[in-house]
Amino acid sequence: MKSLLRPALVLLASFTILTGVVYPVLVTAVAQAAFPARAHGSLVRDGERVVGSELIGQPFDDPRFFWGRPSATAPYPYNAAASSGSNLGPTNPALRDAVSARIAALRAADPGNGAAIPVDLVTTSGSGLDPHISPAAAYFQVARVARARTLDEARVRALVDSHVEGRMLGVLGERRVNVLRLNLALEELARNGI
Amino acid sequence: MLESNLLRGVVYLLVLVGLALPLGSYMARVYNGEAKLAGRLLGPIERLFYRAAGVRADEEMTWKQYAGAVLVFNLLGALVLYVLQRLQASLPLNPAGFGAVSPEISFNTATSFATNTNWQAYGGETTMSHLTQMLGLTVQNFVSAATGMAVLVALVRGFARRTTEGLGNFWVDLTRSTLYVLLPLSIVVALVLVSQGVVQTFAAKETANLLVPTTASDGARVTQQILAVGPAASQIAIKQLGTNGGGFFNVNSAHPFENPNAIANFVEMLSILLIPAALCFTFGAMVKDKRQGAAVFAAMLAIFVPLLVVAVVAEQKGNPMLTGLGVDQVASSLMPGGNMEGKEARFGVVDSALWATVTTAASNGSVNAMHDSFTPLGGLVPMWLMQLGEIVFGGVGSGLYGMLMYAIIAVFIAGLMVGRTPEYLGKKIESFEMKMASLVILLPAAAVLIGTAIACIVPAGTATLGNPGAHGFSEILYAFSSGANNNGSAFGGITVSGVFYATAIGLCMLIGRYWVIVPVLAIAGSLARKKFVPPSAGTLPTHTPLFVALLVGTVLLVGALTFIPALALGPVVEHISLHAK
Repeated sequence: MKSLLRPALVLLASFTILTGVVYPVLVTAVAQAAFPARAHGSLVRDGERVVGSELIGQPFDDPRFFWGRPSATAPYPYNAAASSGSNLGPTNPALRDAVSARIAALRAADPGNGAAIPVDLVTTSGSGLDPHISPAAAYFQVARVARARTLDEARVRALVDSHVEGRMLGVLGERRVNVLRLNLALEELARNGI
Repeated sequence: MLESNLLRGVVYLLVLVGLALPLGSYMARVYNGEAKLAGRLLGPIERLFYRAAGVRADEEMTWKQYAGAVLVFNLLGALVLYVLQRLQASLPLNPAGFGAVSPEISFNTATSFATNTNWQAYGGETTMSHLTQMLGLTVQNFVSAATGMAVLVALVRGFARRTTEGLGNFWVDLTRSTLYVLLPLSIVVALVLVSQGVVQTFAAKETANLLVPTTASDGARVTQQILAVGPAASQIAIKQLGTNGGGFFNVNSAHPFENPNAIANFVEMLSILLIPAALCFTFGAMVKDKRQGAAVFAAMLAIFVPLLVVAVVAEQKGNPMLTGLGVDQVASSLMPGGNMEGKEARFGVVDSALWATVTTAASNGSVNAMHDSFTPLGGLVPMWLMQLGEIVFGGVGSGLYGMLMYAIIAVFIAGLMVGRTPEYLGKKIESFEMKMASLVILLPAAAVLIGTAIACIVPAGTATLGNPGAHGFSEILYAFSSGANNNGSAFGGITVSGVFYATAIGLCMLIGRYWVIVPVLAIAGSLARKKFVPPSAGTLPTHTPLFVALLVGTVLLVGALTFIPALALGPVVEHISLHAK
């Protein structure tokens, strides 16, 4: 037993220094030198002002903006200090009620649109911070956004077209639209008139 | 759609095998002390550690000494982690000012990280200081993984060596696993992840101004978004490579700062299975018959692929309850469709189901989607993979030593059929080996089923369920399956931070880890003492498709007989009720 204690203590201490201090400090130093913007959270700036992170979604429920995935974080949606999913099971009545309420809100904001609603627009994301929606979910909202802003629908559609990101390396992941980026571009479009 | 889904699975498996083959033979050289180039670079650090620790690298340990070293080292690590959590409020590097962690959560977490489970009864960004994450959690991520690898290497030596007591030296195997394998791979993976957007900073938060202010549930106006950040990439790299799975943030790899895009997702999924897959080839190299390693790898793959298909198909079908509400769940070129509750848009259903299968095949337990919201059959797959004992690739080291226990049982069954003394790799399998192998398989299974049964009858077990009905039972069954098999993923709706679950799952994790390690090392000691029996006409060859089929059959039979009654009460009932209407 005693012959085991010294190696156990010394090796644990050595690995604590090596993997608990040297390793993260080394990775931080190299990462911040090589990828400074990424390491700090891929922040999006408007001049000096931080308007968000490219990777973290923001809450939108105004008809003038594209809406993102529903979010289950508390006490407000897209709380990036406490990520959380809904963890509702597929047969839970609470899931059906929540989805029904979201459908009602989408229909109320866009009464003329009778199309089936893309599933990602009425289901919460895993993180509660999902920055993306599917292209289908973005196109679903084009008419509403254009009407609320009295913009030409074709221009808004073209804006969505230019924000659709393809699969990475051609095979990985899904096609998607970054909602914050799209809404920032929309604001830009509206600010420049026309 | 089908082609692109298929392509993704095939690309993943091809890249995995392409990387596992060279890594496997490199690791064999490392454990045999023959890694020349790496030895020149890292040898000085290795020797410094031995000098400081008073370790003589060529000193052999018997199986009892080896097991003693494992237990002492792990106990010490758990103690340090417990103390760190209890005292974090008065220690430095706590920029968010978190208080001390409660005793039951500290016990649960210390056990969890020392046993390579990484079950998290807490939310990362709201509980643990940077110091606790670095000095406690990250360190255990490395050394608990290295412990599993060391135990495996000792078992393999038991097969490879003849008439000796010595199984190698735990301190040396531990040090080499960390220094030569885990650390270099982690540095590379961490930097790749940062290049894709995973955060790595010592700050605690960034602040952004919301484009449109929102309202909190208490009516307060919210104009700013606080973005929790931290040294995440360094922890995520080892959490995946070491099949640990404990996330930096509450939602683990569903969080965009842990897993920002499909490339990061691919790299993280590769990292999960890389070392467990490579160790199959290390095993082949160390017993000097590469076909043996390939056969075990093939058996793992033969269980993995069909279960992956089941999970993907179930998730892609979506939730029939939502179709009736006017929701479009059909995949098209504009959306992935399927059951998207609890999933991220950038991953869709395919990458989420693939991850769920990978993370529970390995004893990793990190998630990129909420398993609790999977369809019943999509959730059954990860649950059953854990219940099989985490042997389909499994945890680093622990997966393969678990699978080798099944191989022992498979040759025993074959021996019974033809009436001969069974042999595996030239070693006679006798009653002692069979008793120990049975313990390895029965104890975790008993912990799962007895734990679930107790939780179902005590008020504290059912008070904190997140979902009603059969799904609530699934949450309990999943929790104990995950704990006793050292996975760490969860059906997250259940609240497990209370005293009952923190303690019960903590005990299950201890049983699932050490009541497996000790019998495995006992088998290693017994095998090493035996003579080599040259193969004869009556020997069952263990590198053929026939043996692979026998091994797969044994695993599935034991797994099915043990768990189908329990699964019938959870996911199966739920599946039927969901589709009955």
